[in-house]
Amino acid sequence: MSEASPVAAVSFRGVQRHFGAVRAVDGVDLDIAPGEFFAMLGPSGSGKTTCLRLIAGFEQPTGGEISIFGEAVSGVPPYRRPVNTVFQDYALFPHMNVLANVCYGLAIRGMAKTEREKLGREALALVKLSGMERRRPSELSGGQRQRVALARALVVRPKVLLLDEPLGALDLKLREDMQGELKSLHRNLGLTFVFVTHDQGEALSMADRVAVFNEGRIVQVDAPEEIYERPRTRFVADFVGSSNVIEPATVAQWIGAARPASLRPERVSVLLSGSPISAGSICLSGTVAEVLYHGAMRRIEADTTAGRLVAAVPAGDAPAVAPGAAVSLAFPRSALHLMDAP
Amino acid sequence: MSAAAEIIREPRDSILRRISDVLTAHHGFYLFLLLLPPLLWLGVVYLGSLFALLAESFFSIDDFSGVVVRQPTLSTYAQLFQSANFAIIERTVALALAVTILAILAAFPIAYYAARYARGRMKAAFYVAILMPLWSSYLVKVYAWKLLLAKEGAIGWVFDHIGATPVLDAILNLPVIGGPALSTSYIGMVLVFLYLWIPYMVLPVQAALERVPGSLLEASGDLGATPRQTFWKVILPLAAPGVVAGAIFTFSLTLGDYIVPEIVGPSSLILGQVVYVQQGTAGNIPLAAAFSVAPILIMGVLLTIAKRTGAFDAL
Repeated sequence: MSEASPVAAVSFRGVQRHFGAVRAVDGVDLDIAPGEFFAMLGPSGSGKTTCLRLIAGFEQPTGGEISIFGEAVSGVPPYRRPVNTVFQDYALFPHMNVLANVCYGLAIRGMAKTEREKLGREALALVKLSGMERRRPSELSGGQRQRVALARALVVRPKVLLLDEPLGALDLKLREDMQGELKSLHRNLGLTFVFVTHDQGEALSMADRVAVFNEGRIVQVDAPEEIYERPRTRFVADFVGSSNVIEPATVAQWIGAARPASLRPERVSVLLSGSPISAGSICLSGTVAEVLYHGAMRRIEADTTAGRLVAAVPAGDAPAVAPGAAVSLAFPRSALHLMDAP
Repeated sequence: MSAAAEIIREPRDSILRRISDVLTAHHGFYLFLLLLPPLLWLGVVYLGSLFALLAESFFSIDDFSGVVVRQPTLSTYAQLFQSANFAIIERTVALALAVTILAILAAFPIAYYAARYARGRMKAAFYVAILMPLWSSYLVKVYAWKLLLAKEGAIGWVFDHIGATPVLDAILNLPVIGGPALSTSYIGMVLVFLYLWIPYMVLPVQAALERVPGSLLEASGDLGATPRQTFWKVILPLAAPGVVAGAIFTFSLTLGDYIVPEIVGPSSLILGQVVYVQQGTAGNIPLAAAFSVAPILIMGVLLTIAKRTGAFDAL
């Protein structure tokens, strides 16, 4: 995707942000294409939020160069950057009503009151908040505040929209609704969206591409399917979904390559001992350690010669097993994905 | 498991636990007990004396015998509007306004620094620096200032040594606020008031600024506002309740003070001194009471104006 367009919306070249001895961002190279929905995924403290703040201009890199649509932005203050942020805590101005909040950026730009209120109302309609203009932020629910924050950032027509854990404070149902709405907003507006999340489900379902962060570095940038199916390292396999990681020694025995391999739980089937096995599959006998019911799926953890393996089985198909039961775990050789050594 | 269950027993039923049971069940009674002492204080001691004062101001004094005539009349209030008395009120309000405005200007940067930048030890040092003046005697501080401000005092000495005496003289030659020396001018009086009341301005402003999340300032910048625009459109409106609270302190403390103007400043009286003189040597309690009602009314008017301008909107 990034090769298709000549100028990246956001590009990082060897970017570092050190706070004293703490290397929050430690040498990040990144190209985000115009119009892309880009996710920065990682555990807390992995540097993803700092990267977002570097784009917004709230932080300055201690090394390297960031450019936005080809223009280097080192030393450029936030108020001169063509990007806008939806904050994690929404950061709505408590002393202004909803409309004044949304129109703030336009008022700062000196737009006349009638004109900016017209645009403000349009932006509120876009996020389905018409009729809420005169409310105070304190009178809104979390989901509504989120929409106001979104309208406030979108109304000033940023080239890049930054979203910091945009769904973090919402409950499950709202999150799912909002995910869909963000997706369709992105499609309709054609803007570049960059969002930070620690929720792998959110990153995989919304983004065109995902960058997985760990300890201030990017460990993999790929399309969601790639990240999920072909994690490059043990960390990615572990963090994105809950993969089984097979140790190099075991992998060498099975397929002759001494590298760690990831094995997605849903590729593993659980059979009662003695059931026939299809050819080309690897089959291990094990003892069930734990069975967890997840609605659609049942997670069965079993101890085998290759260590503890997790199988995710459609709840209807799962054999009725209890901890202590002897089972066979089977999976095709092709389900093993080889990863980089460490 | 069973061994642990034997060790952990139900708490023993003591008389205090029973009282807790009653109070928990009867929440209204609990609140009543909690509020009784402060309400007694507020109702009897505080409001009671305030109403006694108010009542006194509607009496008058017999000019010949000097005895208080306990007949309701507005004649004492009428005296407030005699030109000499009204000038005192005007002078005092002007003084209190000057002190308040200067206190806001001086306190805001300090409070802003403390709220936004000071951390850890610096913050502790800030609190000590702001509160330390309150630990020592008020009178000692005022006399110390009198010495600093006197003609041969430290400030004059410094001006002399850096060859800036003409500057000091020019300042002292200013009409109304100048005088023979800093210690006998309104400039000196305002400086002393400013010193005395500055903690009462810094602390509420700092508390208000502390409650402004950093993300609001970032959001303002993100939406295109320069730091200056952010100050006027976000920081100041959100700090306004703190500024108003501080202004109430500095303004009312200055309105009522009678010791500082005794020691520093020109000889013309201000309100607090008049109350002191009227209830003391002159023995005119009704006029003293009427003078005391004046600052209450003035504060009432100012608070109404503050509310109208939306200073409390961010509360």
